[in-house]
Amino acid sequence: MTMDEKTKKTKKKLDLNRRAMPKQPARIRRRNFDEVALGYTAEHAIAEASRCIMCKEPHCTEGCPVDIDIPGFIKCIANGDFLGSIRILKATNCLPAMCGRVCPQETQCEIKCVLAKKNAPIAIGRLERFAADWEASQGRVEMPEMRPPSGKRIAAIGSGPAGITVAGDLIKLGHQVTLFEALHEPGGVLTYGIPEFRLPKRIVRREMDYIRKLGVEVVTDYVVGKTKTVDQLLDKYDALFLGTGAGLPWFMEIPGENLCGVYSANEYLTRMNLMRGFAYPKSSMPIKKHRRVAVIGGGNVAMDSARTAVRLGAEEVYIIYRRSRQELPARIEEVENAEEEGVVFQFLTLPVRLRGDASGWLKEIECLRMELGEPDASGRGKPVKIPNSEFILPMDAVVVAIGNSPNPLIPNCTPDLKVGKNGNVVADEKSGRTSKDRVWAGGDIVTGAATVILAMGAGRIAARSIHEHLTGEKLVAPAQPEPLLGETQSKT
Amino acid sequence: MFKVVKREMIVPNIHVMEVRAPEVAEQVQPGQFVIVRSAEGSERIPLSVADWDRKAGTLTIVFMEVGVSTGALARLRAGACIPTVAGPLGRPTTISGGGQVLCVGGCYGIASILPIARAFHEAGSDVTVVLEARSLYLLFWQDRMRALSKRLITITRDGSSGYRGHVTRLPEILREGGIAPAHVVVNGCTFLMARASSAFAQLGVPIMVSMNPIMIDGTGMCGVCRLTVAGKMKFACVDGPDFDGREVDWPELLSRRKQYMDEEAFLCHRASCTGV
Repeated sequence: MTMDEKTKKTKKKLDLNRRAMPKQPARIRRRNFDEVALGYTAEHAIAEASRCIMCKEPHCTEGCPVDIDIPGFIKCIANGDFLGSIRILKATNCLPAMCGRVCPQETQCEIKCVLAKKNAPIAIGRLERFAADWEASQGRVEMPEMRPPSGKRIAAIGSGPAGITVAGDLIKLGHQVTLFEALHEPGGVLTYGIPEFRLPKRIVRREMDYIRKLGVEVVTDYVVGKTKTVDQLLDKYDALFLGTGAGLPWFMEIPGENLCGVYSANEYLTRMNLMRGFAYPKSSMPIKKHRRVAVIGGGNVAMDSARTAVRLGAEEVYIIYRRSRQELPARIEEVENAEEEGVVFQFLTLPVRLRGDASGWLKEIECLRMELGEPDASGRGKPVKIPNSEFILPMDAVVVAIGNSPNPLIPNCTPDLKVGKNGNVVADEKSGRTSKDRVWAGGDIVTGAATVILAMGAGRIAARSIHEHLTGEKLVAPAQPEPLLGETQSKT
Repeated sequence: MFKVVKREMIVPNIHVMEVRAPEVAEQVQPGQFVIVRSAEGSERIPLSVADWDRKAGTLTIVFMEVGVSTGALARLRAGACIPTVAGPLGRPTTISGGGQVLCVGGCYGIASILPIARAFHEAGSDVTVVLEARSLYLLFWQDRMRALSKRLITITRDGSSGYRGHVTRLPEILREGGIAPAHVVVNGCTFLMARASSAFAQLGVPIMVSMNPIMIDGTGMCGVCRLTVAGKMKFACVDGPDFDGREVDWPELLSRRKQYMDEEAFLCHRASCTGV
């Protein structure tokens, strides 16, 4: 995108006042499941967008896995042209309301902002969210330009971020798309995993409605691999995209993990989000009110689980993490939110055994203190056990949030699909092609547990490759002189 | 939506439901289950598939009314539609031809043992079917079982049909009858399968049991259905539901199944007061 001549001329003093996100106060939000971040008002948004200095060669766009024309949409907001901004966003991103909320912008686009050097990068994510929410508040959602029908049929398996992106991209190119979901509600991790207070389900439903309006057929309660095999679907469809995500929860393999009161984060969050456990007894999904809850792990899922436990009325909530604060993989924003809400962090701590009472319920956790040694393969200090440092934490519930493996259901039912050593589907990074003819894959099923936006980026790559395969037409990344997808992936 | 073709109580508290789910009916194999929701906002519950008609595209599911969710299913009438019938899930029961096979079904497990016994029968095995219930009036499908087995043995707690007692009497009954199975399959409540597994261990043959722990998604995602088999953590939904009963940690499984008893009881009591 070339810069507008006019904007370059207006020289003004750098505004380093990054507008704060209005939030529910901690003491109030601890007791409800409503969204924590309330979103910018139009005044906030215009003020924040006006801080953008409209770089001649913007770097923020390099950080975006889905190639959003970031300066373009920000400029529209600064000028009060909100409709224009959402148009630009939707040209490359079919889920702006979600990305604006859950993308780790601080390590993607915002880190590349020139103003990041002055510690005040433009709040790109908050502006994206503002534009999407503004459109929804208008009650009228604009349809993008659609190509005439191509007569080709594509099945996207898994309705999470990767599948939605593939579906959204390919339907716009004129193909017929069916999106299959194993659960009863579409959205994948956006629906079952990310809590209401971080991503309200009405937003997910809104984005799904948009996908349906574009013409995507969404089929729920359909377990591909079981209800129909991949080969059976290939008889009906010209191409298949596998975006079934990281579905198999890891446990620590320590004694006592099958005690009552021990949850995988997937279970804990699914009970709450997909099954609306927080509404029990109005909903039929029972949920236990535990007094003391420990969450094991230091990622975003761990923060989500701990903050959910707080909202369920737990008196003490701990995060147990084997490294120190600096190594926490969660977004800083989420760590701060958790702390404000009263979550207690036990750093450099490793659970070694869970003990139960006579009836099989969890009673206490035996832990060891750790110290950081030499950096390991990930570049972070390797946690080393301190001998004789055992201590006991009395506990009523433990949520294990240490990660997931790719969901093995489809690989198990598809013998000729090449699978890596972690159970991930092997797919070409530049095209998403798998070892099986006419089958593409992307997202956590390929990479292992990662982020929403990376899954969307992988979906975008696969959609392009599928389109090329079906029509022979080569697509250039929109609003971007050259595709930077391979590069951005290695950076995050 | 999935249309309920038929729903009736066949014996007190046990219901048979036929539902149209053509794609599931086309794929289902003996030993598999489906996840069912009776209405929007209801729990997802796993139920074994007892029979199917691939041509008509229907599944037969037999369930016992134990709580709110099964209660809602039990009140469905023919013609009603339910939002979720997902599957077929789990690995099918391994069927091998030849030899003597013992198929034991108790309570609602009488239903899910039917397709298994039939598959063994069709594969050329010598099938002995054992049905267990508290009393004669709780037994069902005896005619269907007779048609596909060499022997049909019934055991009731009160002796009103066949032998008096519990499945634990089976080794003795088998000895008397000169039956030496090379393979045992047991379907029923957890208690029955646990008792059967310890009682039959002396036979020295595999005892396949069909696990029915708490589940949410049924596709390996939540891990609530985990259990210990031969010292290893397994997920009933994707690694099972069939395991060798001799290797299952039964006390752990029984206590895990009871985790939500209080909450379930609360919902039931509330339901009876408010009529919800």
